Amino acid sequence: MSFLDLFRNLDQLFVNVSGWLLGLLPDWLQPWASIAMRIGVIAAIAPAIMMYLTWIERKAIARMQNRYGPTRVGIYGLAQPLADGLKMLNKEDIVPRGADRLVHLIAPVLAVAPAILLFAVMPFGRNLIAADLNVGLLYVFAISSISSYAIFMGGWASRSKFSVLGAMRGVAQIVSYEVPSVLSAVAVIMVTGSLSLGTIVESQAGYWFVFTPWGFVACLIFFLSGVAEVNRTPFDMPEAESELVGGFHTEYSGMKFALWYMAEFLESFAVCAFTVALFLGGWHGPAIPFWVLALALAILIGTARLLPLPVRGVGALVMVGAGVFWAAQPIPSWIWFLSKTYFLFFVLVWFRGTFPRLRADQLMGLAWKFFLPLALVNILVAGVWLMPQTPVRWAPCLLILWGAVSLLVAVNKPSITDRRTYVLAD
Amino acid sequence: MSATTAETQLLEINLGPQHPSTHGVFRMIATLDGETIVKLKPVMGYLHRNHEQIGEGITYVASFPFTDRLDYFNAMSNNFGLALAIEKLGGIQASERGEYVRVIMAELTRLVNHVAVTGFLLNDMGAFGTPLLYAFRERERILDLFEAASGSRMMCNYVRPGGVREDVPVQWLERAREIVNNFPIFLDEFETLLTENEIIQQRAKHVGVLPKTLAVNASITGPMARASGVNYDIRKVDGYSIYPKFAFKVPLGSVGDVYDRYYVRILEMRESVKILQQALKDIPGGPAISPKGQAISKAPRTFKPPKGEAYGRVESPKGELGFYLVSDGSSQPYRYHIRAPSFINLTVLEDMCLGQKVADAIIILGSIDIVLGEVDR
Repeated sequence: MSFLDLFRNLDQLFVNVSGWLLGLLPDWLQPWASIAMRIGVIAAIAPAIMMYLTWIERKAIARMQNRYGPTRVGIYGLAQPLADGLKMLNKEDIVPRGADRLVHLIAPVLAVAPAILLFAVMPFGRNLIAADLNVGLLYVFAISSISSYAIFMGGWASRSKFSVLGAMRGVAQIVSYEVPSVLSAVAVIMVTGSLSLGTIVESQAGYWFVFTPWGFVACLIFFLSGVAEVNRTPFDMPEAESELVGGFHTEYSGMKFALWYMAEFLESFAVCAFTVALFLGGWHGPAIPFWVLALALAILIGTARLLPLPVRGVGALVMVGAGVFWAAQPIPSWIWFLSKTYFLFFVLVWFRGTFPRLRADQLMGLAWKFFLPLALVNILVAGVWLMPQTPVRWAPCLLILWGAVSLLVAVNKPSITDRRTYVLAD
Repeated sequence: MSATTAETQLLEINLGPQHPSTHGVFRMIATLDGETIVKLKPVMGYLHRNHEQIGEGITYVASFPFTDRLDYFNAMSNNFGLALAIEKLGGIQASERGEYVRVIMAELTRLVNHVAVTGFLLNDMGAFGTPLLYAFRERERILDLFEAASGSRMMCNYVRPGGVREDVPVQWLERAREIVNNFPIFLDEFETLLTENEIIQQRAKHVGVLPKTLAVNASITGPMARASGVNYDIRKVDGYSIYPKFAFKVPLGSVGDVYDRYYVRILEMRESVKILQQALKDIPGGPAISPKGQAISKAPRTFKPPKGEAYGRVESPKGELGFYLVSDGSSQPYRYHIRAPSFINLTVLEDMCLGQKVADAIIILGSIDIVLGEVDR
């Protein structure tokens, strides 16, 4: 195979390139080199992904708030993450007096390590998964729960009351939301009969799980619990800036602080990625051919009155070009996976730009009184769905879910939704 | 089964004076049982600037620039209050146009203050700046008007006894009309984002309830008292300046929680827009300041009011802002005292916070709407 042949099949591009590179090495070295290469790639792309996630978040939130966001460093502020990184490295590393220095140091490292480890089982594309473990999903839950230790260590070691409060909230929240998150994934395991993420994605080839009744509910529970587990708005209790200054990372500065940030962003990315893998079809595209999609987008962009004319023309042409190009060759699986993941990350940013924060006790109520029972009912629904195939299986599933949701809403209905009248006195 | 009690400790935390949500250098020493507040002690005075003592060492008119710094969101209202007190003391009549301009400025100030406080309240609830920045976009437009009229965006120093320092520039009234007429559109947009929001309702309803009797007993004024259902608005009660000429209502809440305080402010902004529209329509020509006011503004030392005392008060956006002046016949006040609404409204903080969570204490403080420049003076 010549070097150019590698690019003929964009879908398997990375697989082929790595195979070609390994082929250059002697046989006895290949297994080791293969491992080293996977580790190296993950260690390199994880920080890069994190850096640009911060850029995406800042830009997107800025636009939601009538601002420009970073514009000064590089075009569109694209070099801003690099500048931020350099700044963080140069900052003084302050450890509070009386803090446990060792634990204070270990905590952020312990937070980042599992976030990067999660990348090992992330199914980026067809055959593009660093380690397709047969217990992949179990591995995900095991690894992601380590972060609660990190948060508590960080909060406790800082010897600050804000940090301790933040850490307390953090641990309670992560442990609580782990339960509905795991239970919602149980439905997927039941249907696919596998814990391997590769197999789970493979089995969504025909239809994405999100388009089934149980899948839709499980997807919502999994994603929202994930948002709570990684402490993003509206569930960012542990760091609650307006209450606890910075929560568990109040007393961190410099690169240690950057590590906390890195852990948070990488875990957010992982939540999005695993939601995509479990429910949104992973690397599979939708069943509609891409040229139809491109045509629709071209018409949409071309006729959008809000955009300036050159943008409309260029955008429409690009879409037509993409449609022609991808009609000849299917869109690579990794593009589908990444675009879905980044879309979900955008949803996270959207939450952050729109929602205020819940209160700690209300948050716990949501986990234990709503998500947990719903996830349990959902397992039942998945079981009904699996019963001998009949065309009417939608009906009982929807019925059970509708009953469960309306019951839970009725039971948990807060008294605050009453409408108030205001007197306009003279 | 006998109940066993685990040994727990109370946690005492210091919120402030350096804290993102204390709106300046306010400090709360909160004693927590878990997350619940069992004791809360406010500590003030970090921004004390000796305002009243300084006022007693300078002429009456020389205090105007200092009043800008009291509640630095509402310089115009503060100026207005002092001007009323001096007018009462010296028996000065204000010019008709001057009164209209002052009322327009005071109501614009109310808009500025209420959008900002709503934005900050949402920030305290954890919304990442979005409502605040939308609010600030509107605030900037009004501050541009202030700058055009007075030369300064926040430290306006514009109102004088007898009227205003100078008349508004040409085209100013047209600009003001446009901004005022567009303001309800912004309010609708703002409310779409906030008023019906489930999270805001969960966070704000039945939190930090201030009962009507306590509000009266603690002499709470302003939107805070009206949210508790106390029908007390100095503009109606006192009818100072030309307010009796305008048709407007006083919105009243029923529960007196954070949500009522938020919504009463929104409704007050709508009423302010009504006042502004009437004032901008009816504003007469003529001098912006009466001759006597002009004279004492130009030569402050010649103004020696007769012995006596006067209390001028306005409905500042935060509550009843009063200036108490005692004259001994010289060109400087013998006693100069300010009834600061931020300070007096803050006294019920502990009553509202007890039994609530830490997160609630922050939004309760935010809903009181304090400015430390006025609390500590």
